[in-house]
Amino acid sequence: MPFKIIASQCTSCSACEPECPNVAISEKGGAFVIDPKKCTECIGHFDEPQCVAVCPVDNTCVVDTSLPRYQAPA
Amino acid sequence: MDVSALDEASAAASAVEIGEIRQVIAEHKGCGTSGASGKASCGSQASQAKLPTEIWEKVKNHPCYSEEAHHHYARMHVAVAPACNMQCNYCNRKYDCANESRPGVVSEKLTPEQAAKKVLAVASTIPQMTVLGIAGPGDPLANPKRTFKTFELVAKAAPDIKLCLSTNGLMLPDHVDRIASLKIDHVTITINMIHPEIGAKIYPWIFYNHKRYTGIEAATILNERQLQGLEMLTKRGILCKINSVMIPGINDQHLVEVNKAIKSRGAFLHNIMPLISAPEHGTVFGLNGQRGPISRELKALQDVCEGETNMMRHCRQCRADAVGLLGEDRGAEFTTEKIMAMDVNYDLEMRKAYQAKVEEKRAAKVAAAQEELPELASEMSGIKLLVAVATRGSGLINEHFGHAKEFQVYELSTTGAKFVGHRRVDHYCRGGYGQEENLSTIIRAINDCHAVFVAKIGGCPKSNLLKAGIEPVEHYAYEFIEKSAIAWFKSYLDKVQSGEIHHVEKGEAALRQGAMISAA
Repeated sequence: MPFKIIASQCTSCSACEPECPNVAISEKGGAFVIDPKKCTECIGHFDEPQCVAVCPVDNTCVVDTSLPRYQAPA
Repeated sequence: MDVSALDEASAAASAVEIGEIRQVIAEHKGCGTSGASGKASCGSQASQAKLPTEIWEKVKNHPCYSEEAHHHYARMHVAVAPACNMQCNYCNRKYDCANESRPGVVSEKLTPEQAAKKVLAVASTIPQMTVLGIAGPGDPLANPKRTFKTFELVAKAAPDIKLCLSTNGLMLPDHVDRIASLKIDHVTITINMIHPEIGAKIYPWIFYNHKRYTGIEAATILNERQLQGLEMLTKRGILCKINSVMIPGINDQHLVEVNKAIKSRGAFLHNIMPLISAPEHGTVFGLNGQRGPISRELKALQDVCEGETNMMRHCRQCRADAVGLLGEDRGAEFTTEKIMAMDVNYDLEMRKAYQAKVEEKRAAKVAAAQEELPELASEMSGIKLLVAVATRGSGLINEHFGHAKEFQVYELSTTGAKFVGHRRVDHYCRGGYGQEENLSTIIRAINDCHAVFVAKIGGCPKSNLLKAGIEPVEHYAYEFIEKSAIAWFKSYLDKVQSGEIHHVEKGEAALRQGAMISAA
């Protein structure tokens, strides 16, 4: 389940973009978005998802339950 | 790699120079230790007599570092740094507003290229603009690429403009060498605590080394990094100002200890600012009812710390995209749209010629205040009182009472006139008629003052001020502030001595919490 950004909550502060180890985050129409194809939930990189940890507004970077969970390559 | 070797080599090469500067900073331990008369006019109202030449040269045209310079020189902030790596309970990052003046608030975020063009446009329009700062709305060092790119572009295009940055200090130790190599010689660090237990009440979390830390652990990391960064900067001869937010009941008493800690690490100036916490700002402190200090509490704390370090009293808690003289924002003249349409011709010679004229005016003002002093010093009196001044800059009493958006407050005693702060107000007169409601707020804001000096004042506010025990003084219109205040104080003392008036203490004044109406 990749992470997604709730656009209405995003302050467009850009803190998440450089922290993402997969370069999955970009700015689109005044808010930041996560490319679900690139998001690995930070598994294999860090102990916690970086976008969630750095985002100043709670519950803005959340898991997208409509998509399958990321599987780290063996 | 041999980064450390490189570091050592360059350190050795400049060791002599740095050693000298350190010594200068170390020798300048606050001021006023030589006697009561020295103490009265110290603080950031730096005139060269009170400061070593090396430091004076760096701060004399810097409006945020020198109280006296802020009447004459302007600064600007460019908002290129929106990201932050921590959360403070006095900050709400969802906020942006055109009509408010307080840290963290901006109307537009800029790219480094847009920022550089803005700097040139402003420097050409406002030739007394001498300083460019990057102060957010996030943390400049959480945005190192954008911050340093902006500085590089500006240093190339406008080499005479001084660069400075304001940071929370979390990433500071990692960037000190870059700061030094870009010749950024002023850095402001916000330090609100040196005890993690207190820090935990101010900072809910920090993001450091790819992890979110909370509570005491977060505050411990932050505190260590801030103090380490401060030490590294002062060792390199970079001037450091410390900002502290005074939060009653949380860190108000503790800031005396903070003051000692930063002084011992070479900080040049301490700026204790009142907490801004209106509920409509949506900050944690605003929403949970944490109050800000009243003006007497703020002044008392600043007075206690003054013996230790120079205190800054003229801070306006500017927006992160402020432009112009302190307290007189001209940001609205320089929106991105307007700047991009501008044809900028950066004329260094014109700027130099203009600044030479500013220096002439400034010298005249300093000389004028000195004239009045000797006579006053011979008077024997323990009376100390506050007066408010309506001014639009240049150190003159040159603003109408009804047009003043703030009043500057001076403390008068037989040692002279000492600037101790300013009070924001909504101006009384709008569109030619006075607003009664605003008048009573103005009186509340300067209720601890014995007199208010103005260029002009109408009959109605005059009688209301007199009723409130504040003497409106028009006699010194368009004259120098300090000189006039001292002359007025002299006649006040004479009247007290002759029994014509009886000296009484004044009451409390309220610190304006809300928005300042934009200058535009």
